[in-house]
Amino acid sequence: MASASTGSSERSRIALRLLAIGYVGVLVVLPLAVVFWRTFDQGGSAFVTAVTGSEAVHAYRLTLVVAGSAVVLNTIFGVGTALLIARFRFPGKAILNVVIDLPVSVSPIVVGLALILVFGWQTGWFGSALQSAGWQVIFATPGMILATTFVSLPLVLREVLPVLYEAGSEQEQAARSLGASAPQRLRRITLPTIKWALAYGVVLSIARCLGEFGAVRVVSGDVVGQTQTVTLLVDGRAEQFEPGAYQLWVVLILVAALCIVAISLIRPKETS
Amino acid sequence: MGITAERIVKRFGDFIALDDVSLQVDSGQLTALLGPSGGGKSTLLRIIGGLEDPDSGSVIIDGVEATGIPAQRRNVGFVFQHYAAFKHLSVYRNVAFGLEIRKRPKAEIRQRVGELLDLVHLSQFADRLPAELSGGQRQRMALARALAVEPKVLLLDEPFGALDAQVRKELRDWLRRLHDEVQVTTVFVTHDQEEALEVADSLVVINHGRVEQIGSPSELYDQPANDFVMGFLGPVTSLAGRLVRPHDIEILAEARPEAVPATLTRLVRLGFEVRAELSTGDGPTWVQLTRGQADALDLQPQAQVWLRAALQPAVAAR
Repeated sequence: MASASTGSSERSRIALRLLAIGYVGVLVVLPLAVVFWRTFDQGGSAFVTAVTGSEAVHAYRLTLVVAGSAVVLNTIFGVGTALLIARFRFPGKAILNVVIDLPVSVSPIVVGLALILVFGWQTGWFGSALQSAGWQVIFATPGMILATTFVSLPLVLREVLPVLYEAGSEQEQAARSLGASAPQRLRRITLPTIKWALAYGVVLSIARCLGEFGAVRVVSGDVVGQTQTVTLLVDGRAEQFEPGAYQLWVVLILVAALCIVAISLIRPKETS
Repeated sequence: MGITAERIVKRFGDFIALDDVSLQVDSGQLTALLGPSGGGKSTLLRIIGGLEDPDSGSVIIDGVEATGIPAQRRNVGFVFQHYAAFKHLSVYRNVAFGLEIRKRPKAEIRQRVGELLDLVHLSQFADRLPAELSGGQRQRMALARALAVEPKVLLLDEPFGALDAQVRKELRDWLRRLHDEVQVTTVFVTHDQEEALEVADSLVVINHGRVEQIGSPSELYDQPANDFVMGFLGPVTSLAGRLVRPHDIEILAEARPEAVPATLTRLVRLGFEVRAELSTGDGPTWVQLTRGQADALDLQPQAQVWLRAALQPAVAAR
């Protein structure tokens, strides 16, 4: 009796394990393996040409500017808003807390179109005013930064906020009674308290911003050699059957893998 | 000198936390704000420390109007119930915090922190993180940290409330000795009347956002202004419809004028103390006796006795 039940639970365990491995294998490992195979099938020199060409370098630079700006903006905004929500009472706080999560649930295409409606130079509300001031937002870098910032808006905030709640405000009050001004409290008490959550949120944001495609595609106009980030360049090359799509894809995957390693290094410290 | 609070009012929405509270704390004294939870005593302490702003009224510290001055410029030491230790800083850096903020020279900081760690018996723990200390040690660290900046007044919000009974008693004695050594004007909040009576020079009883009575421990114990203060400061029972302390009732074997007849229902021996439970015509009551008194009376269950208040109860006398 006992051995039979052990046998059947053993069998179901093996079946479950195979199912899980098969699921991950088909969804993740197989596509990745195909990309890697396609990349290195074309040889080392094709790889070097594809990832070091002037088009690619321009795309790296633009991606760095767009993602970098978005991450910086979201870090400042995320920490500031998290402090506001955790430490102060004000009317509309509950609504703010909900609205902040909208960007991740709204489709990026919708985000892009909405930005065009607001900032586009012909139809937008502010577009013509900005245009006459010499600022082109849509089909240019500022619009791409806006779109990327928008889609990754709550990532830092959502990591930092629970840590702020858990830490409470007593340490900050104690620092205050010991003579620390608001900037001193932020630097000496609050930032050290949230630093691992902040680092985790920043890495998540970097990963999200580097991979952003939909909203950026809509607002950038996808102008070859001008407003193409790495993801847009990969898409462009793949659609035109140009060489070099898989190679850039591998670069993106390697960066994402670096982010995952960084996250796994940060996570245990955050929970300790 | 010392601390003066004048006509402080504080509301949280519809809830009135402090309703026209005035008090005076003399320089160098150790004063307890005593009262039940939610009575407003912590709010008053936080207003004195500048961590909360009053809706109206003023706070004067050492003769200087402090009401508009933010907490960081009041030079007030504050100790929290849950220690508020800076978790990412060592014990040494915690104590040094206020001095670092004030940009004192390194050598001076080292000397001062060394002295304070000696004072609170934490010298050997200087390099530990707060998480590696016990609750009592953390609170002593918090006290050293507050004292480091040589505050004009020291404010403690239920400082021993999160500690177990044994440690609480030790720290209580230690706080009294420390205060005698350092001589800084100190106000501490507690809901434990034994703690307040034992440690403080003067007591302020606060309930429902109002001051019920201010005075020395013996004044408040022996001459409470009302039933609330009497009941809060020590055990009470009733005799002939009046509140009395159970140790102020005399048990008599024979009838006397103004003595109330009673029947002994139960006799409980609690070590040195004997607790006699009786029923009178007005209901049950109890008397606290020493073992010697109980033996002299030779009390037996169901015995008929007479009860008389040994001291005139202060509440009725007023």
